[in-house]
Amino acid sequence: MRMSRIVRTAADILYPAILIFGLYIVAHGHLTPGGGFQGGAVIATGGALVIVAYNYKEVTGWLKKNVLTGQEVTGLVGFIGVGLLALAFGQGFFFNYLVGSGSIFGIPVPYGINAGELNTAGTVPLMNFAVGIEVWGGLTVVILYMLSGLEKEGC
Amino acid sequence: MIEQVPQILVLIGLIISAVLTFHFKDLLAAILAAGLFSFLISLEFYILQAPDVAISQAAIGAGLTTAIFIIAIRATGRFEGESS
Repeated sequence: MRMSRIVRTAADILYPAILIFGLYIVAHGHLTPGGGFQGGAVIATGGALVIVAYNYKEVTGWLKKNVLTGQEVTGLVGFIGVGLLALAFGQGFFFNYLVGSGSIFGIPVPYGINAGELNTAGTVPLMNFAVGIEVWGGLTVVILYMLSGLEKEGC
Repeated sequence: MIEQVPQILVLIGLIISAVLTFHFKDLLAAILAAGLFSFLISLEFYILQAPDVAISQAAIGAGLTTAIFIIAIRATGRFEGESS
């Protein structure tokens, strides 16, 4: 069973917009409210919209269980890898070795009232990206497995 | 006093949507009322200056939980007491 044409068209149009908004929340996690978990949950909402609008065979053409589980593993390994990489620099676990270094996410925070500089905060945005990818995969695959119970009933 | 008016309106809406969730026999309408409850409580979190929690509540409460319930309705019946 699939939903009506109105719901399917709305899901097609809204899915990229929700994706972009969730990635915005993840990327600005160290400046604005939100972060990895909230952005990943917003992206998973877009995935849930597509899953509800179509039936199982059409959805698995878009969203694959292997890819989503791989995203979950990638996010977790990336998060702990960023933390463990500090040990290679001779510092403590989760030490922020990128802040003030001048490389990616490494410029110092400007003083005074400003709009917020995206290229700051060191390893915090990298961890936000890792958590965002992990929550994206995890919460979407929960709903996809919920739908896969309906596969043999043909709806 | 005037700054409490939005909170009172949101709380009235919360009570109405909770009663509607209990009242509907059409389970799809009941789920949408529960989603409205979740959306209003995220609005209340935003009014109480917790935008972080509001984003989480709107995404998980109003989005993912509603989707899971809709899939559960597909697997069973749409109306209360029906056992298709």
